[in-house]
Amino acid sequence: MEIKVMKNILGANQQRADNVRAMLRGHNTLMLNLIGSPGCGKTTLLEKTLERFKGRCNVAVIEGDVASDRDARRIQAHDVPVVLINTDGACHLESISIEKALAEFDLDAIDIVFVENVGNLVCPAEFDIGEYAKIAVSSVAEGDDKPEKYPLLFREAKAVVLNKTDLTGLCEFNRNTFMESLGRLNGRLPVLEVSCRNGTGLEGWFSWIEEALRIYTGSGPHIT
Amino acid sequence: MHEYSIIENVLSIVAETAAARSLSRVTTVTLRIGRLHQVSADIMRFAFTIASQDTVAHGAALSIEFVDITARCHDCGAQFVVGEHVYVCGACGGADIDILSGDELIVQSMEGET
Repeated sequence: MEIKVMKNILGANQQRADNVRAMLRGHNTLMLNLIGSPGCGKTTLLEKTLERFKGRCNVAVIEGDVASDRDARRIQAHDVPVVLINTDGACHLESISIEKALAEFDLDAIDIVFVENVGNLVCPAEFDIGEYAKIAVSSVAEGDDKPEKYPLLFREAKAVVLNKTDLTGLCEFNRNTFMESLGRLNGRLPVLEVSCRNGTGLEGWFSWIEEALRIYTGSGPHIT
Repeated sequence: MHEYSIIENVLSIVAETAAARSLSRVTTVTLRIGRLHQVSADIMRFAFTIASQDTVAHGAALSIEFVDITARCHDCGAQFVVGEHVYVCGACGGADIDILSGDELIVQSMEGET
């Protein structure tokens, strides 16, 4: 006897993600979900971002890591609220752990929550955690083939940060190849080329965040 | 590795449905998965075999139907199948497209015995 089921497999995660999104909307808090490989520079990008927004708007961070509090300690040094989620082996964050982490913050006093997802280009792209936007972080050192090899992330992302541009010429990275494959995957995607090491291009990333905050809040009253 | 998370969710849906229909044993579970998802059928089956032990779905066959990615061009209205992850309209070259299918991740049906 065949039974029609027709249920969304990730429905439970989706339901919780929708609740998280509605809750953040109520607090007017923007949440960005940073996804990229181990070593692409997510934590360094966050540190640069925290330095830039310090005193201008209130930022909090959720750090997702398989193990250790190394990244969380780096963020803590910037004197912002941070919650660490150790996934104990799980390769991505799900909305249930984000819901719990957000409960640790006074969201009325926070304009932006950055989530640093577990270093991985595959699994985090599959799970909605209630964010406003997923940001794909890639780097010149990883090569120019990442969009082609991990299409879902670059389809889901609302922006790409291409880090370590100071290594162009030292690595096997053809910028045209990277841009063309992104164009085939997602022609509308903005690419922010940065070097966290020497600061080149970071203003573009900061402007993207400010614009996102302006669109999200409908005015952008928080940036001073 | 997210296949294991997906299978855990599949099994909880299967267990709920089996309980609601008073099934003592599930023999087949059929999933519908859009090609936008990066899911390996082999890992799914392996995860299903491991995770279904001691559940009502122990020994059940897992059948997976993959769904092609289709899209409609915003500029010229053409509908097309997205092959090889090229999300560009074949008719006019536009990149402003709406995805029509390929995002499915569904427990479609199951079979079992009461």
